Amino acid sequence: MIGDQPSTLLDKIWNNHLVHADPGAPDLLYVDLHLLHEVTSAQAFDGLKIAGRTVRRPDLCVATVDHNLPTTDRSLPVLDSIAHRQMEVLRENAQSHGIRLFDVDDERQGIVHVIGPELGLTRPGMVIVCGDSHTSTHGAFGALSFGIGTSEVEHVLATQCIPQRRPKAMEIRLKGDRPMGISAKDLILAIIGEIGVSGAVGHVIEYTGPVIGSLSMEERMTICNMSIEAGARAGMISPDPTTFEYLRNREFGPNSDEFADLKMEWGSLKTDDRATFDRRVVMDVSDLEPQVTWGTNPGMVTGISGRVPNPDEIEDEEIRDSAERALTYMGLGPGMPMESISVDRVFVGSCTNGRLEDLREVARIVDGKRVHSGVHAMVVPGSTAVRRQAESEGLDRVFRDAGFEWREAGCSMCIGMNPDTLSTGERCASTTNRNFEGRQGRGGRTHLVSPATAAATALTGRFTDPRST
Amino acid sequence: MEPFRVHTGVVAPLDQADIDTDQIIPKQFLKSVSREGYGDFLFHDWRTEESGAINPAFILNRDPYKGASILLAGRNFGCGSSREHAAWALKDFGFRTILAPSFADIFRENADQNGLAALSLEESVVRELLARAHNEAPLRLTVDLEQCTVADSGTLIASFEIDDFRKMCLLEGLDRIGLTLRQAEAISLFEQQRWPNRPEVASEPF
Repeated sequence: MIGDQPSTLLDKIWNNHLVHADPGAPDLLYVDLHLLHEVTSAQAFDGLKIAGRTVRRPDLCVATVDHNLPTTDRSLPVLDSIAHRQMEVLRENAQSHGIRLFDVDDERQGIVHVIGPELGLTRPGMVIVCGDSHTSTHGAFGALSFGIGTSEVEHVLATQCIPQRRPKAMEIRLKGDRPMGISAKDLILAIIGEIGVSGAVGHVIEYTGPVIGSLSMEERMTICNMSIEAGARAGMISPDPTTFEYLRNREFGPNSDEFADLKMEWGSLKTDDRATFDRRVVMDVSDLEPQVTWGTNPGMVTGISGRVPNPDEIEDEEIRDSAERALTYMGLGPGMPMESISVDRVFVGSCTNGRLEDLREVARIVDGKRVHSGVHAMVVPGSTAVRRQAESEGLDRVFRDAGFEWREAGCSMCIGMNPDTLSTGERCASTTNRNFEGRQGRGGRTHLVSPATAAATALTGRFTDPRST
Repeated sequence: MEPFRVHTGVVAPLDQADIDTDQIIPKQFLKSVSREGYGDFLFHDWRTEESGAINPAFILNRDPYKGASILLAGRNFGCGSSREHAAWALKDFGFRTILAPSFADIFRENADQNGLAALSLEESVVRELLARAHNEAPLRLTVDLEQCTVADSGTLIASFEIDDFRKMCLLEGLDRIGLTLRQAEAISLFEQQRWPNRPEVASEPF
């Protein structure tokens, strides 16, 4: 409750961070944690310098390198001189402003949205920003967390605040029982398929319902991560005992003395019973099957037993045009069964599905088996810590024995800024978040799937229901 | 920031919904540490053939659209990645305003920050203008932010709505950081009052 008004989780976090409100102007919110990486920060630091401004709270900033970094041998120099320069600039900026940087040789390096939670930097009730749209990931902890542009990065560096219009609150309630073998990735792809890639523009989504409550933190992160693919400003899930357990014994997490008090505070971070959302969507997940995208945005998705749609059967002209264009780009024909489509590449990784649980799931399916001879498959852990833990569990051996490449941590082929890219016409089953044209390399054809579906597909060489392996 | 008040220019139609920022500026061009020079790479994979040669069929490679400064597009323009490079590339190419039924939130904010006016028109108006931009090229329109109108040689085509604060920032070319720094006292007070109750992010000294 705020006063005696029932309120949403979004309202509570918003009001807790309200520094200043002027009628007509956006609210000024305080930022608890500002995550930085090499690609969207250089111009922001440059802007500060030009304006003669400083970083207000370097102690609330954390930087890492993830987007550009090669995932091959870390002892070798970075051959891409422009990428190398960008990482150098981040080093210089972090050093001159006193910002903590988890650099390439740091055991805590990794994709910014993987290391935030795993280091205990991400906590319930925080406002978190980063110059990266998948900042929505951290909402899994009941934080308000969203991506910003470089000018806003500069703004936050200078003021530790961000002017924002209060977004609308949208509830997505999942009902029914989650069928066996259906992953969080399948849930979120189905949600985006249902509401569309602009279905949540202007809104912060709160995911609710017993299905959500039963998810692990890793699974919740996968769901919140892809909120942006539905156009949402952010996604969030109210913290609960699963959240609190995850936060124990993290390097930057609360110490045991603080824990009891914080748990009390965090326990109030939920939408009140009588609070109302601006919009509400209820989805029954009881009959869901593993999801595979067929087109060039994450909303172009169907079940594994489904078929590529026939654009002629789509009424809306703009949607029909998009579908036609997507099929041409993807090299697919109307009515093709998804399970008949063969792939050249399999990619497991990213801030969506590059966590330990994801890797364990892939290893479970490929253990003792061989990747199909026509498929080039790779696993890129989301962080160096994930890599180390996977190795200590022997997952790297399982992957290598099955014929996967086992790489160093980074964004890798999710964005293809480093040397990990698709070639023209190559088709990839990918555990990432965007299947846009050219996303993984010019002319590359990306199909978004869960780690389990990626694993099953790697073994057969065509899209395969992981429940059948 | 360059103010945006009234602009008259040639309209380039891109009749597609959900144009994402990966199309506007592909990732291989995000490695620069400058805010300038992205115009050459705007819509790179659409503007060029695989060989690197110019794709003569793409609208921005054709006369009279080459010199367009008003981009007309389908709904949800700028979805996907938060890369401000998308706004920088559009601006650097020569666009001053984007007209579409709707925009992705982060893109619109990035456009605002660069004085690139991302303005929402009714979907039916956009469809009509898309057809006209193809059939009556060069279609020259005047976008008047003060009046919130789009006009063709003095004839009103459409009105649009825009949040007063956004409008003021665009009209004045305001430094947004400067505006926030006017609240320095409130920020300090907030930090003093709230900070002891907040979790410490950086728990070790540097």
